[in-house]
Amino acid sequence: MKFVDEYRDPAAARQILSHITDLAEGHHYKFMEVCGGHTHTIYKHGIENVLPETVELVHGPGCPVCVIPMGRVDDAIAVAETPGVIFTSFGDMMRVPGGNGNLLEAKARGADVRMVYSPLDALRIAIANPDKQVVFFAVGFETTAPSTAVTVLKAMQKGVTNFSLFCNHVTIVPPLKAILESPDLRLDGFLGPGHVSTVIGNRPYRFVPQKYGLPLVTAGFEPLDILQAILMLLRQIDEGRCEVENQYTRAVPEHGNPKALEILNQVFELRPHFEWRGLGFISQSALKLREEFAPWDAELRFSVPGVRVADPKACQCGEVLKGVIKPWECKVFGTACTPETPIGTCMVSSEGACAAYYNYGRFTKHQTVPVELTRTPQPA
Amino acid sequence: MTRGDHSDEDEGLERSGSGDAQPGLPASPERSEGPSREPLEAGQAERPRGDYSHEDEVLERIEAWRRRRPKLKDEFINSAHGAGGKASAALIDAVFLEAFRNKTLESMSDGAVLELPSGERVAFSTDGFVVKPRRFPGGSVGDLAVNGTVNDLAMMGAVPQWMSAGFIIEDGFSITELRDLVADMAAAALKAGVQIVTGDTKVVNKGACDGVYITTAGVGVIPAHVHLDAKSVRPGDKVIVSGKIGDHGVAVLIARGDLALEADIPTDSAPLGELVEHLLAAAPNTRFLRDPTRGGVATVLNELAREAEVGVVMQESALPIRNIVNGACEILGIDPLYVANEGKLVAVVPAEEVDAALAAMQAHPFGVDAAVIGEIREDPPGIVILNTGFGGNRIVDMLVGDPLPRIC
Repeated sequence: MKFVDEYRDPAAARQILSHITDLAEGHHYKFMEVCGGHTHTIYKHGIENVLPETVELVHGPGCPVCVIPMGRVDDAIAVAETPGVIFTSFGDMMRVPGGNGNLLEAKARGADVRMVYSPLDALRIAIANPDKQVVFFAVGFETTAPSTAVTVLKAMQKGVTNFSLFCNHVTIVPPLKAILESPDLRLDGFLGPGHVSTVIGNRPYRFVPQKYGLPLVTAGFEPLDILQAILMLLRQIDEGRCEVENQYTRAVPEHGNPKALEILNQVFELRPHFEWRGLGFISQSALKLREEFAPWDAELRFSVPGVRVADPKACQCGEVLKGVIKPWECKVFGTACTPETPIGTCMVSSEGACAAYYNYGRFTKHQTVPVELTRTPQPA
Repeated sequence: MTRGDHSDEDEGLERSGSGDAQPGLPASPERSEGPSREPLEAGQAERPRGDYSHEDEVLERIEAWRRRRPKLKDEFINSAHGAGGKASAALIDAVFLEAFRNKTLESMSDGAVLELPSGERVAFSTDGFVVKPRRFPGGSVGDLAVNGTVNDLAMMGAVPQWMSAGFIIEDGFSITELRDLVADMAAAALKAGVQIVTGDTKVVNKGACDGVYITTAGVGVIPAHVHLDAKSVRPGDKVIVSGKIGDHGVAVLIARGDLALEADIPTDSAPLGELVEHLLAAAPNTRFLRDPTRGGVATVLNELAREAEVGVVMQESALPIRNIVNGACEILGIDPLYVANEGKLVAVVPAEEVDAALAAMQAHPFGVDAAVIGEIREDPPGIVILNTGFGGNRIVDMLVGDPLPRIC
């Protein structure tokens, strides 16, 4: 595939890896990739087992599906089960468990739950079904929030009154701060979130080197992007630098996307606080619709229970997210907590650290022998 | 199947919200570094490893847990029960197998092998077809209804001969459209060399079904010299796929029209009886055949790895996938290894016969792009691994339910 294969070239990877191995010698480095998309790439391509043992990757909190707390999923189900409602959601949100099952189960019980690929699809459904109330389950970081904002503006312009938003958009910087404030944390640097940064740019991360003395390199999502970003982190450390750098220059402008930021600011405002699964309440970490968009706010239009459901006690997601323990070190990992019956946030989406490790990571380190694809052995 | 091996663990995988000890887990909540408290599978605990660590111990325990047949815990049917993954397996085990249990059914393959008093063996298979939309580039539900059953028979080594067709039709359905679908079935049957010899028609109230649902069943005779069995698969055997994978699933996804994607990808729907005949003539010791329909190549290989208790290692760079299918899958966040095919087969052949097998397949119009994609290993049993094009590797597991696209 053109423009993709170039970033998956094994020969180029070997070159970067030899630099990484040289620079990482003699010290154990722990880097956190913030974004769930990175975690997915790392496992999908088996990046961990090509890295030298001295470089360890810790999977951070940037999976937008995983961080939605159970109580909010219950609220979503309550809205979905309201008569006359068509409830629309991104695919991987459908299997996320609340305290009372997930959206797929609500659908099986008779709720009209539909998978969409974009909030604009939800708006189209609303226009096509004027006698129904269509609600969009908005989740995601600054990456997806602008498209939701545009959808709300479109609904307003077109006077679509049977469309509303159950808003769960979150922002990336507050959880990063929360992780950095954690006393048991031991990290040597961050791979910064590439997609989020296409919107917010690189400047919001400056506090990471300035206040916490850790380097951050914004990284793309192909295997070579990840390797190059790791190398850039190691170079900073080697050269005694500590700053925000941009590996993903082909997509991330230094100042982000001003148009998207303007629309975000026009439509959303910060919530005083928001609960994150596995991390607890974090202040000013989520978005809600501004007052002038109240007619499109599902939380005002429908009665949502709004009950907080505590994370299960057995679950150690918080420690996994902070890189204090590895997924397999959690006491319920792989037995009581599996992708079929997830207990904690990290097992929920394929981007979650535990699900990625469970689905892709187990056992592979012993099996690196390449397959002999040549035909029947030819006589010499 | 490995039923019964782990019946002791079949009880009580309940989700516990408390910190209490989990059934089947060590009682102590502490992560002790001591020896495993769970008796491990024979032959598992003793596998020699240089760097045996606590992580390995946890992984071994998970593997033992994972090899249990999945347990049905749902109260209502949901779409995952029809997706061919773990949820389907749980439903079939708990509801159908439990009620109908007999030796033939327990083999749980695509169809039944029945022995006649004369000693001849026949293969018997049935399938239901509810695809939406009913017509998509390169085919229709009519083609699928014939080819699906024909291929199930062919995968058992049988020569498909007779079929039945049942129609459940919604009140108000267009007879012109019905005629068109039936014409597709007739054409497909002709091409596959089968006769449709019996049938049934039911009309249900408007809204009770979506247009028309078709079920077919088929019978074919298995030649005396053909013996296909997952259990005969041996380490060193090669895994062949008969052509480009993922075409059908992506064609249908795009034809549904709700993705705002446009691409010219026709279905690969085709009858595979003749291809199988040619393959078996060239590679008479072929061990195993299956068509990677719902759940794709990944699901077939996982089923094989479990049934045969072997490891399967695939080479990503060897997978035949169209650029356009790969591109659509990248955009949608789904893995082509799990996408349905309707005119492909996965074959396991002994290494000595792989050249002949490939040559025979590539000489047939439905096997032009056949390729060796991997091989059978002794270790790790029950697991499918992909060596990625990038030089790493990863597990390719069974799907839980339908593949759900990722948000970003």
